[in-house]
Amino acid sequence: MAAVRPIVSARAKPAGPSAWSSWRRHVAGSPTQVVLTLLVVAVAGWALAHFLQWAVLDAVWQPDADRCQAARGTGACWGVVAEKWRLVLLGRYPVDGTWRIVTGSIALLAGVAASLWLAPRSPRWLLAWPSGLLVFAWLAGGGPGLEAVPTDLWGGLPLTLFLTASTMLLAFPVAILLALGRRSALPALRAACTVWIELVRGVPLVPVLFIASFVFPLLLSPGRSPDLLARVVVALALFAAAYMAEVVRGGLQSVPKGQLEAAASIGLGWWGAQRAVVLPQALRAAVPALTNNALSLLKETSLVTIVSLYELTGAVSLALGSDPEWRPFKVELFLVAGAIYFVLCFALARASARLELPQEMA
Amino acid sequence: MVLVLALVAALWLLASVTADHMRARGIRSGFDFLLDPAGFDIGEGWLAFEPSQPYWRAFLAGLVNTIRAAVPALVGCSLLGLLVGVGRLSSNPLVRGACRAWIEVVRNVPLLLQLLAWYLVLTEFLPGADEPGGWAGIAQWSKAGLALGGEGGPLLSPEYLALVIGLAVYTSAYVAEVVRAGVQAVPAGQWEAAAALGLPARVEWREVVLPQAMRLAIPPLANQYINLVKNSSLAVAIGYPDLVSIANTAINQSGRAVECIAVLAAVYLLLSLSTAFGMDRFNRRALRHGG
Repeated sequence: MAAVRPIVSARAKPAGPSAWSSWRRHVAGSPTQVVLTLLVVAVAGWALAHFLQWAVLDAVWQPDADRCQAARGTGACWGVVAEKWRLVLLGRYPVDGTWRIVTGSIALLAGVAASLWLAPRSPRWLLAWPSGLLVFAWLAGGGPGLEAVPTDLWGGLPLTLFLTASTMLLAFPVAILLALGRRSALPALRAACTVWIELVRGVPLVPVLFIASFVFPLLLSPGRSPDLLARVVVALALFAAAYMAEVVRGGLQSVPKGQLEAAASIGLGWWGAQRAVVLPQALRAAVPALTNNALSLLKETSLVTIVSLYELTGAVSLALGSDPEWRPFKVELFLVAGAIYFVLCFALARASARLELPQEMA
Repeated sequence: MVLVLALVAALWLLASVTADHMRARGIRSGFDFLLDPAGFDIGEGWLAFEPSQPYWRAFLAGLVNTIRAAVPALVGCSLLGLLVGVGRLSSNPLVRGACRAWIEVVRNVPLLLQLLAWYLVLTEFLPGADEPGGWAGIAQWSKAGLALGGEGGPLLSPEYLALVIGLAVYTSAYVAEVVRAGVQAVPAGQWEAAAALGLPARVEWREVVLPQAMRLAIPPLANQYINLVKNSSLAVAIGYPDLVSIANTAINQSGRAVECIAVLAAVYLLLSLSTAFGMDRFNRRALRHGG
């Protein structure tokens, strides 16, 4: 005998402040806001006006060293980009092999992108990453069917991409082993992994690169040490693995204990449980932080310049170091290189934001 | 037990193989060279250094130079980071946008590139040494560097300035994000309570929000400070004589690569540990005072 309630039709949403008036309130609502707004507009306007004056209005666009010299200090010389773009982007790679290193880079990028986007659907796509690297190594370095190009001639953007992709790939399994070792029940193994991780994280990358270039050859018999690029990739991977191991450890900690017990109750051994139950969950949880690792690594590859490998940053110095005519216009090339890094890092950060979505739904 | 023995055996094998190969090539080893005269000059720094002085003193001068650059950079990145981090949460969309742009640009470009660019700007766009710019009596700047206190005051080289500015700017973006995360973690009730008391915004931030945010922010802040100290090693790329750059010269002069890098690693471990220790003390104090 419930009383029949009359249906009340919904009221319209109360009219809030319009977008414009709320914007105005935040931009100029109080004296403090007005001062802040004026300050930002003044500083940004001043900087932008000077930059535009330098970069556009007074700039020299032709590769004409004399006119650039005349505009020096007041206007940018974009002609230097037209003159030196090949050295900056590709380093000292032989000119007639340009197609090889460009195609190789595209294959490498395609492999990494396929792994990033499709691996959540099927783990088989993880193989696209090493495949892309192999294609790059074959096209850039030569081998069956192609003339050999020594790795010390690799340079510029392709070298940056290769260093980042190959280091991540090598560091990944090492990081997983280190993380598992640090959580192991065996005290000696646990201590060894902990000491290794903390030792590596306490030392800057520069001495690590020195070890790769000066010390590592001493470990091996004379004349038998692998070339510098291989040594640097191994050093970078061991360095990055220590940082990644901590991220993986965080992921492992996020997997509930019951999961391991459930795996044990269906008769899986320790390795089986880790492989089939714990690691997939842990790694999925660690993906955002792992992309952060990849981002730092992408930027840190610039340090290989210090041991004479000329990736994107080093190639700028290489392009202008021995050319007194164009040397004053390095700022322009640094801006171009900075813009390339920015686009790469920004795209990677967006991709990681995309990767976080599926697991939130899971 | 077996594992420990295996580890010790592996390390011993590695060391003896290295020593064998070094002997085979006629490379002398050992730390005795630290007492030999270094034979190179150090351009600048607080600890005066003569080429006739021993290697260990060169390393010490390098360490002093590293600290000389790291400490002002730590102060700079903290102040700048706090400013940008709070600005990132401002209700004013222009302020918010400007701070966001700062963070995105600064942390998406490699530090090495930024250092090289700062160095280039300081040496390319400043006036020549014969006609310096300046504020009367307080500071003078030119391609030769920044002189504080007018003529005869201490001269800060462009290498030093580029390193300090570059480190402070780069780390400020990370500090800003740490500050933002800390502020956002302060419960809404705390803001509301402050508003209910009628506290002005300035007092609200200084007395209620920031002290609580700092407690959350100190551990990740410690990480950023350690990173800054380690990143100061990039000084080698712009020619500021920090610890790494002096070790690099020492390797070339003495040929004792293993020993020099061991010294480097040990000193940086010590620096990282003492930064961590200092931040831990600070953390405990912050927790005690917050009660």
